[in-house]
Amino acid sequence: MRTGGLGGLSIVSGSRTDEGWSQVVSVALFVAVFLACIVEAVEALTILLAAGTTRGWRSALIGAAVAVVTLTVIVVVLGPAISAIPISYLRLLVGGLLLVFGVGWLRKAIMRASGLKAMHDEDKIFAEKRAAAEAATSRKRPLVGDWYAFTLSFKGVLLEGLEVVFIVLTFGTNGHNIPLAALAAGCAVLLIAGLGIAVRSPLARVPENTMKFVVGVMLTGFGIFWGAEGAGVTWPGADAALLVLIPAVLVVSLLYVKLLTPRTVRIGDMAVEEVE
Amino acid sequence: MRWLKSFGLFWWDFIVGDDWIVAAAVIAGLALTALLTHLGVNAWWLLPLLAVGLIPLSIWRLQRPADASES
Repeated sequence: MRTGGLGGLSIVSGSRTDEGWSQVVSVALFVAVFLACIVEAVEALTILLAAGTTRGWRSALIGAAVAVVTLTVIVVVLGPAISAIPISYLRLLVGGLLLVFGVGWLRKAIMRASGLKAMHDEDKIFAEKRAAAEAATSRKRPLVGDWYAFTLSFKGVLLEGLEVVFIVLTFGTNGHNIPLAALAAGCAVLLIAGLGIAVRSPLARVPENTMKFVVGVMLTGFGIFWGAEGAGVTWPGADAALLVLIPAVLVVSLLYVKLLTPRTVRIGDMAVEEVE
Repeated sequence: MRWLKSFGLFWWDFIVGDDWIVAAAVIAGLALTALLTHLGVNAWWLLPLLAVGLIPLSIWRLQRPADASES
């Protein structure tokens, strides 16, 4: 008899093996949410730093605080609404969304790793945002102060935070463990906030591209697993299938990087020859 | 009306992103899996195969305009 668990199929009548798998899947869920939130938090921090250092911290921090309040409202409204969806439909919906997101993240990560796309560079993004902030004209607004700094930091934190909220809600509700997903997100945000306060510069040394690769693999793996379950599939090995799926997605992705990398070099060589 | 359009575009961009084929293929894959399961086939293999095929297809689609503009 199935009584639920992180993949929805896990703890079968107190079986130790299934409980063990469930714990491993819990770790996978925590790691996926934690890494995804680290990536988003680093990006939000870069925007906040650009706004704060060029336009003034007061308006930038008010913008970030208003964004956090907005995100909290979204969680309070959407959380119960998502939880009210019947579990099979929820898995179908969430699995589909995670798969779309996962393939998107993974595609970009593979393109970056193989040289088809420029690496994500926080220092470069910070410099661009800073230059734009310095060039922008200043408009004063009551309570907010500098309107540009407020909107820049509000939009940055809200947009990056929205992905965090989405990941926490989808992983949490589908895995019947919102507290674990929220804990992972909270740890990630606190870690990056702490590092940001300590360093006071963009966290360019965080291996963001590698982390995005891992997150893409995990989102795709969980998306396939939950999406198929929602469509009525019974996975061979139940939750244990997830622990085959995720490494399999990783191996295939690394193979794509390997296959695409020589092609990039060849294109580069051809481009050089054409220029010469 | 303009606000509504911006709101819709934001969610389209947030969910679908820069390649709509991925979203369309995932919806089709889920529908096909549900259909096969309904017909008694435990099609657990369909979504993994779809994901494996979608990644290079999407990379090729995203690379194509860049290649065309460079030539």
